[in-house]
Amino acid sequence: MALLELNNVTKHFEVRQGVLQKLQRQPVSLIKAVQSVNLTLGENEVLGIAGESGCGKSTTCLMIAGMLQPSAGEIHFSGKRVDQLLASEQAWYRRQVQMIFQDPYESLNPRFRVLETVAEGPRALKLWPEKEILERSVDMLSSVGLPPAKYAERYPHELSGGERQRVGIASALVMEPRMVVADEPLSMLDVSIRAGILDLLKDLASKRHFSCVYVSHDLSILGHIADRLMIMYLGQAVEMGPTWEVIRNPQHPYTRALINAVPVPDPRVIRPVPTIRGEVSRPINPPPGCRFSPRCPHATTVCQQAFLQLQPDENKPHQTACVRLEELSQTNQLAEASP
Amino acid sequence: MTGERLLQVQDLTVRYQTQMGEIHAVSGVTFFVNKNEVFGIAGESGCGKSTLIRALMRLLPDNAKMSAQSIEYEGEELTRLSEAKFREKILWARMSLVPQSAMNSLNPVYRVGDQVVEAIRAPKNVTKSEAREPVTQLFDIVGLQPDLMKNFPHEFSGGMRQRAMIAMSLALDPGLVVMDEPTTGLDVLVQERILRRIREIRSQISSSIILITHDIAVIAEMSDRIAVMYGGQIMEQAPANDLFDTPCHPYTLGLKNAFPSIRNLQQKLISIPGSPPTLLGAPSSCPFLERCPFCVQQCSQRNPENITIQPLHEVRCVRHGEAPLLREKASEKETWRSLN
Amino acid sequence: MPTSELPQTSAWRRILGEHYRIIMGNRLSAVGFVFIVLFLVVAIFAPWLAPHDPWEMLYDQEGEFASLRPPSWEFPMGTTHLGYDLFSQLILATRTTLLIGAISGGISILIGANIGLIAGYYGGKTDEVLMRFTDVLYGMPFLPFIIVLISLFGRELEFVILAIVLIIWRTSARVIRAQTISIKQRQFIAAARARGCSHLRIIYRHILPNVLPLLLLYAAFNIAWSIITEASASFLGFGDGETISWGGMLYELWLSGKTRVAWWWFTAPSLCIVLLVTSLVFVSRAYEEVANPRLRKR
Repeated sequence: MALLELNNVTKHFEVRQGVLQKLQRQPVSLIKAVQSVNLTLGENEVLGIAGESGCGKSTTCLMIAGMLQPSAGEIHFSGKRVDQLLASEQAWYRRQVQMIFQDPYESLNPRFRVLETVAEGPRALKLWPEKEILERSVDMLSSVGLPPAKYAERYPHELSGGERQRVGIASALVMEPRMVVADEPLSMLDVSIRAGILDLLKDLASKRHFSCVYVSHDLSILGHIADRLMIMYLGQAVEMGPTWEVIRNPQHPYTRALINAVPVPDPRVIRPVPTIRGEVSRPINPPPGCRFSPRCPHATTVCQQAFLQLQPDENKPHQTACVRLEELSQTNQLAEASP
Repeated sequence: MTGERLLQVQDLTVRYQTQMGEIHAVSGVTFFVNKNEVFGIAGESGCGKSTLIRALMRLLPDNAKMSAQSIEYEGEELTRLSEAKFREKILWARMSLVPQSAMNSLNPVYRVGDQVVEAIRAPKNVTKSEAREPVTQLFDIVGLQPDLMKNFPHEFSGGMRQRAMIAMSLALDPGLVVMDEPTTGLDVLVQERILRRIREIRSQISSSIILITHDIAVIAEMSDRIAVMYGGQIMEQAPANDLFDTPCHPYTLGLKNAFPSIRNLQQKLISIPGSPPTLLGAPSSCPFLERCPFCVQQCSQRNPENITIQPLHEVRCVRHGEAPLLREKASEKETWRSLN
Repeated sequence: MPTSELPQTSAWRRILGEHYRIIMGNRLSAVGFVFIVLFLVVAIFAPWLAPHDPWEMLYDQEGEFASLRPPSWEFPMGTTHLGYDLFSQLILATRTTLLIGAISGGISILIGANIGLIAGYYGGKTDEVLMRFTDVLYGMPFLPFIIVLISLFGRELEFVILAIVLIIWRTSARVIRAQTISIKQRQFIAAARARGCSHLRIIYRHILPNVLPLLLLYAAFNIAWSIITEASASFLGFGDGETISWGGMLYELWLSGKTRVAWWWFTAPSLCIVLLVTSLVFVSRAYEEVANPRLRKR
């Protein structure tokens, strides 16, 4: 059984109205940040969520981590519904799910020393006696590659970016979570040390048996860590499948454009030109259909009305939310133009 | 590639006076840029790439000292020019800058078109209406609808603002445009569009471009020649293909290992252990020493010299002669792990 | 690795050391700090330091009534028209003034900080209610309000303190609320929430240390303001008649009608007020630089 299940999870935000608009009784505009997303996450699995800014990946993350309540839909964690927890159960869920944040310079309290930061979570939830908390925190520091004798008493400003991110990882994993939600944990770090953090995460995931939701805009990194990939566009999931398949054989016109747009560190490679037009808008009162349709070179009127929802299905792992997919692949229209 | 020289920098050094001591942010940098060429400078945070171009554009803060044997631009020796003369004659008119996080460099209270018009008008002394015509063309070149000129910066997306900044930098038809991280912080599809636009601009105008970024993939796709910076020095420079086919410096090898490619998902990513040097005092050893798996005793005794191993391919490494061996060893994860 | 091998330093020593460095790092604040310590010593040992009873009519060595004597060896700061020794009065007044300053400054910052933290952190309705209440207090004219309160409650010392506290916390509440709001939005607060910290834990363990420099800055301001307010109220005749304070001394001078003659009577308490308030402001400047790094010299 899946560890995490999202059923039709939706999040809408109201656009703030001015006094004048309120007086005129204008209808409230909604930012439909996440629209009817379904997904599952197995034990010890790494699910990558990719998309551009504003695609709803971070909002999805926050809902999974229990920091934000969905407007509709259900989130189940190990068989238990967790989107509307009682206060007494929240502490339990807080421990099961931990977050790793994007900005290592912002996510550590500047007034806390490294060991205090790591021990803070267990102390707040009173997980163990104080002595055990200290022991576990110290062990955790060693296992993220920060020798405690050297690092325990340091303040964040005395650490490099990579070291800070390791502290962030330690303070998440010391709670012994069953699931970790990582929101772009590498994007602020230097290229030469990213691989080290990535390896650390992979290594700890297999040793400590946690599942991971890894959110990033960087498909080349996701390709190296995720088992499965979900691509989002303006709040809708457009494609989902095993990482390699999605990257090697993308189906949705958006996924194709996205993957073709990733620069390749090889001067001889010439990428095909993505054939999409326009710019990303904001999902304010969007039309009911596929939100990519205004930019899609293959869109017809059907696309503006209908949207396929992805349904997790073990027999059909690779799914695409494109109404015209079959039609397009038969006529081989999906091939991109070469420059 | 034997183009005409546009810019030749000899032995450029920049030092910052700080409370901790003198920081050699850039030391002994020598490079050239040909006409109609894209010269890429790759490096991570703190490698001195931003300081280098600030020195070039004379935009250093007060506590910085710059010295150079010579900086020759279009046959003119820039080191002899006073700062005021440089600003008047060179900056913007003949050498322009697209600054880092350029999206936020537009003044929010003026229309974007007016800001570009102003960039043309100020030095050329033309009327507003005379300046409008070239601005329309510029907007066209960077792929913005001319009617967007009337809009304010906040009505632009990040990518559009970035393109407006590029338009502004091209306003006076400079011989050299320096772009500092032009696509960092933008989404992939927006980045793709801007990079494509820069490539198209190159074919339309004769400007050369210095492109500075930490993104190896962007630099690989865009540049004719590439310099890799570390610890304030250029560790290796070569034509793009050479640098990727036969990298010689251990740091270049390490960077290549660490950078993921979407075309090669089986590649084992290997990170470089340790962190960058502090650059206090003049370099007395190889700056990469502490992180280098191939260092020998010689590396700690003096700063390696710049050696030309092939025409246009220069390396700062005492073991440059053993490059094939280093390349072979560097691809194994064990090599880099043994350091810790 | 066993935890005992970790370097251990006591939290208190660390914090005191940090503040010592902040204060001593700036020449003016170091001078201010020295004066404050001096005043404190005087206040603590006042009964032993004062040569005379402050309300004793004195006679000089020749047996003459010592009325309105300028400073001399016998009466270092001169005497009043009733022959009271001003030096003794000043020393005992130091005690009252410091007591009022410390208590009302301390209580007002306690109230201000908590209201600011809670309004800033919770936001919404809580913030609305607390801040509108603060705004109402802002509408009150400062000194008249205190005079009215004192005349309502009575002129005993504790009521003077109460009146000052009731109005002086408003500025600190506002400023600390603003700071709390900006810290609340930083990612490490979200991180603390994700780790399972309760709201109170976040407020007092995660946010408070980050507003501490600002809080100390306003504590110093509040103490200085309390002292000035007490002096003003006393000078206007709304002080505690039973205890002697610097403002009260000036009030006596005013009552005696000898302002133009007895320059010494006027000088000593005024100088003390100026010196203590300035010292407090100097010390607070050091904290201002910590709280607001843009002021720091590069």
